[in-house]
Amino acid sequence: MSLLHRIEHPDDALNWHGDMPTEGRYTAGIAGERFFREIKEKGQFLATVCLDCDITYMPPRLYCEECFSHLDEWVEVGSWGHVHTFTVVHRDLDNEPLSEPRILAFVTLDDADGGLVHYLDEIEPEDVYLGMRVEAVFRAEDERQGSISDIEYFRPV
Amino acid sequence: MIGDRVAVVGAGMTKFVRRAQETPKELAWEAAHLALRSCEMTIDDIDAIVIGTAPDAFDGVHMKSEYLSDGCGAWGKPVIRGYVGGGTGVFAAIQGWYHVASGLFDTVLVVCEEKMSSCRPHPQAAFLTIFDHTTERPLKPNLLWIFALEMNAYMNRYGLSKRDIATVSVKNKRNAADHPAAMLGDPDITVEDVLNSPVLAWPVQRLDVSPVTDGAVALVMSANHVARRVTDRPVWVEGVGWNLDTAYWTNRDLAYPVYVEEAARMAYDMAGISEPRKQIHIAEPYDPFDYKELHHLEGLMLFDRGEAPRAAADGVTQRDGDLPVCPSGGLLGVGNPIAAAGLMKVAEIFWQLRGEAGARQVPGNPKRGLAQAWGDLMQVGTVVVLGV
Amino acid sequence: MDEFVYDSVYLSSRDLREGRVLFETWQPNAQYAWDAGVAISRYLQEFKAGKLIGRSCPECSRVLVPPRMFCESCFCPTDDWVTLEDTGTVLTFSRCTITWDLVQLEEPQMPAVIEIDGASPGMGIMHMLGEVDPEALAIGMRVRAVWKPADERTGSVTDIAYFKPLKE
Repeated sequence: MSLLHRIEHPDDALNWHGDMPTEGRYTAGIAGERFFREIKEKGQFLATVCLDCDITYMPPRLYCEECFSHLDEWVEVGSWGHVHTFTVVHRDLDNEPLSEPRILAFVTLDDADGGLVHYLDEIEPEDVYLGMRVEAVFRAEDERQGSISDIEYFRPV
Repeated sequence: MIGDRVAVVGAGMTKFVRRAQETPKELAWEAAHLALRSCEMTIDDIDAIVIGTAPDAFDGVHMKSEYLSDGCGAWGKPVIRGYVGGGTGVFAAIQGWYHVASGLFDTVLVVCEEKMSSCRPHPQAAFLTIFDHTTERPLKPNLLWIFALEMNAYMNRYGLSKRDIATVSVKNKRNAADHPAAMLGDPDITVEDVLNSPVLAWPVQRLDVSPVTDGAVALVMSANHVARRVTDRPVWVEGVGWNLDTAYWTNRDLAYPVYVEEAARMAYDMAGISEPRKQIHIAEPYDPFDYKELHHLEGLMLFDRGEAPRAAADGVTQRDGDLPVCPSGGLLGVGNPIAAAGLMKVAEIFWQLRGEAGARQVPGNPKRGLAQAWGDLMQVGTVVVLGV
Repeated sequence: MDEFVYDSVYLSSRDLREGRVLFETWQPNAQYAWDAGVAISRYLQEFKAGKLIGRSCPECSRVLVPPRMFCESCFCPTDDWVTLEDTGTVLTFSRCTITWDLVQLEEPQMPAVIEIDGASPGMGIMHMLGEVDPEALAIGMRVRAVWKPADERTGSVTDIAYFKPLKE
């Protein structure tokens, strides 16, 4: 039976190497543009609010995911909150050990629904706990690019 | 016909643009909330969501429909993503149909989105992997090769000239001048413009090709009893069909799209259409390249093999001709955000059959139209027949 | 329907180039090693020997190239290797003057689908044409494979440099 045909010698098995030479270019979008501009220019967070559903979207959305209406109510929200969950990262994307483990956390913000995934610093991994109060540390104004990296990390309050 | 009758009751879309500032999910929402508004429904009225979107690598987001889901109104609802490459837009409407025809859902929101501008340096970077990795990619192919090879085979079989085919691009770009979402509408374009545009991969020239585009389109589909309640002008899905040819494209007859014929036969049988040339009043075949409109019209059996170019030259496929073809302006004129472009064709038939196409309205109160798309490894045909 | 078309925000390439809007870029760095599989591994080994081979289907009797371990029409195992000629007929061709990433080429590339002698009618493979005036190309032209020297062959479809017109 030919479906049982075997490759007799390993050298007979060939493979072809290749890639998918793409680069993604992602615009911040309509809501994202305003959110990241505010971080860049003022070092603070904005959220959008759906008054009908009583949801304060963080990061802000252009529309309410619940009732699907357009959101144009923008509010400032404080850059502090608490650790909803966290992990300690020991390896990089290529599975190489990091020189220092890094703490990655999902931080929910006090004044909003939702929050941000970001690094924690100024604390040792063994001292982090769920519910810990933290605040965002922004980079200096002249270093900010309008990106999530404008937040250097979150740190304990 | 299986199950209950299914209607299209609403449609909305974004402008088609070369580069949108919106994120993909924002584009999806823009189209989806307008589709709901067009039939005075809210997201709470929708039972299930169908998402159509082409390769993840275009938007550069893996699990792209899951990413898009909130912009498609999918939070907390049953959701499915269909993906048959370029055939996706029309297939999404087919999925919407069987979600409702099966009796599982009364209302479905169908959303198709593509943001091709995300893919750098060109969406071809992602598309190249459709060539077989071992037997073809070592030849360093260009995606245009497939279309050039197919177009040449078609021209050779029937003794067609570039001029015979360029009329399609002219017609569609002129038609698109009347479409409010169009990217490449041009009321003054001529056959000479097409023939004088740069040669990319002979016989394919720049103006034979549809553009890289960002955009989204959405439809609301519903069961009979809902349709009667929400609109006095439901447009019924009368037939659906889809079919796939062999994946070995170099073993196929490139001069004739047999997969489109098989898909059309399935849809016509369901719709009870025995004489498509008399019973189809308006057609939106897939036109990413000008020759493909002709190729597909023949596969749809609306013209004899090799005869579509002559009909086009005689004006039969003009908006005021006997069989208006791509009155929207098609992919060549409105733009080609892959999955969204296919669904735009279904939306155009919906607007035309309701008499809502404005400056694009074809005369004579058309009663039945079809939309067709093509994709996968250039071998799928997807067909939807709509009627009033 | 005009009121149901959303006025999306169009960006010019300048808007992005000059950083007027915010965006992020990312390269997935996706590297693949695609296995050639059973049929194509054997097919490519024969390329090293300067031979083209196909597979035959016991039910429909088609001789298939590229070879495959099952017939996609009959959905049964193919059962025999068949040596094919390295000659064939041009089913269709193009003259391509642009690369996939839109770089203009000085000399046109001439990709073609070539029906291989010894395989069933319509069984073509994609390859390149050479040693021919691009303007002289014609569908139906008879061609022969130009093999690289045996010591340069690696078991790749590029062991055939191109196909050139056959003088019969």
